[in-house]
Amino acid sequence: MGPVDYLLLLADLLVEICCVVCLLKKRAFSQHFTIVLYLCASIAIGIGRYGVIAAMGFSTDAYKYFYYYSDALLTICLYFILMNLYAHVFSEMGISKFVRGGAMLLLAGTAGISYYMVATSTDKLVTHFVYELSQNLYFVGVLLTYLLWGAMMKLRENRTRLMQLVLAMGVYFSAFAGSYALGNVYPNLEVWRYVCHLMVMWLPISWAYTFLKVPEDARMATARVLAPNR
Amino acid sequence: MIAILIFGISALTLLQFFVSYCHSLIAESRGYELSEQGREISGITSHSVRGDQFRRLLQLIALCPEPGGDNRRVRAVSLYFGLLGLVRMLFGWIEPAVARWIESERGGCAYVAAVMLDRRIANNRVLMAQQMGTEL
Repeated sequence: MGPVDYLLLLADLLVEICCVVCLLKKRAFSQHFTIVLYLCASIAIGIGRYGVIAAMGFSTDAYKYFYYYSDALLTICLYFILMNLYAHVFSEMGISKFVRGGAMLLLAGTAGISYYMVATSTDKLVTHFVYELSQNLYFVGVLLTYLLWGAMMKLRENRTRLMQLVLAMGVYFSAFAGSYALGNVYPNLEVWRYVCHLMVMWLPISWAYTFLKVPEDARMATARVLAPNR
Repeated sequence: MIAILIFGISALTLLQFFVSYCHSLIAESRGYELSEQGREISGITSHSVRGDQFRRLLQLIALCPEPGGDNRRVRAVSLYFGLLGLVRMLFGWIEPAVARWIESERGGCAYVAAVMLDRRIANNRVLMAQQMGTEL
């Protein structure tokens, strides 16, 4: 682990802290509590990762366990954000309870399938399970976000803030699912370590932009997002 | 096999989400009418802005002090513009309709850059007027 890694780790933390400040400044805390929860968890985990690296070293098993399990935990926090976004989109239909139940079932199902996939393979390593779990969680995240985006298009959702939040989540989930899958195919690809750090910054940066620059009452025609030059 | 499948689907969805995200940024600027002064300074004569004006607008934006926080948007749209350039290079020659679509998208990016420049110019004029007011 070189100075670039430390610098990127620090940059991730700073960006996340700035995003929390932006959210609090814009008084979006109560409406988007899950986003604040995710950011706080991510900041705490970032500090924890730094602590583990300082105490145990970067190439140790302890760090790998900590990294992958904390990543799975953060992905579950992202699920909560997604559930919250579903609740916002379907708020007028009154089906939030079903959405919550469905998402929880999906989460449990993904963990079960990941465990089964590893249990039936020849190397039953716990690290392999958590890697597989993270990849599958991100992929289910992609599918859920895609479903939500499709529903928003169908319902002609026009809240600009909501649209940008969902699209940013879609970019993040897709990028990580793809990167984990690529890591499965090419396990020794070093460059992804840096790419991952940069991708981590995407969500807080896009959220900070959305909350700072897009007013809550801003509206945009759905067709404009599909074809802006119309 | 599953990993390759996940990678393929994720790459496609990443592209779609990113393009839609950029569209939402572009669409936000579409409602903004460029001022006469902004048009004059940036050298835009017609109602629409051409894609090939994007680079020059970016240079002008770099010359203009930032009012605060719109740099991220410039970067996201620049990335999208670069991506469109790559798509044009790879597939533009196959079908003229693709080239037309790319050009209209690049025009949208250039319009966003023009709007940002216009806002920066307006902001700087206000700052200058305030400064002159306090000096007097």
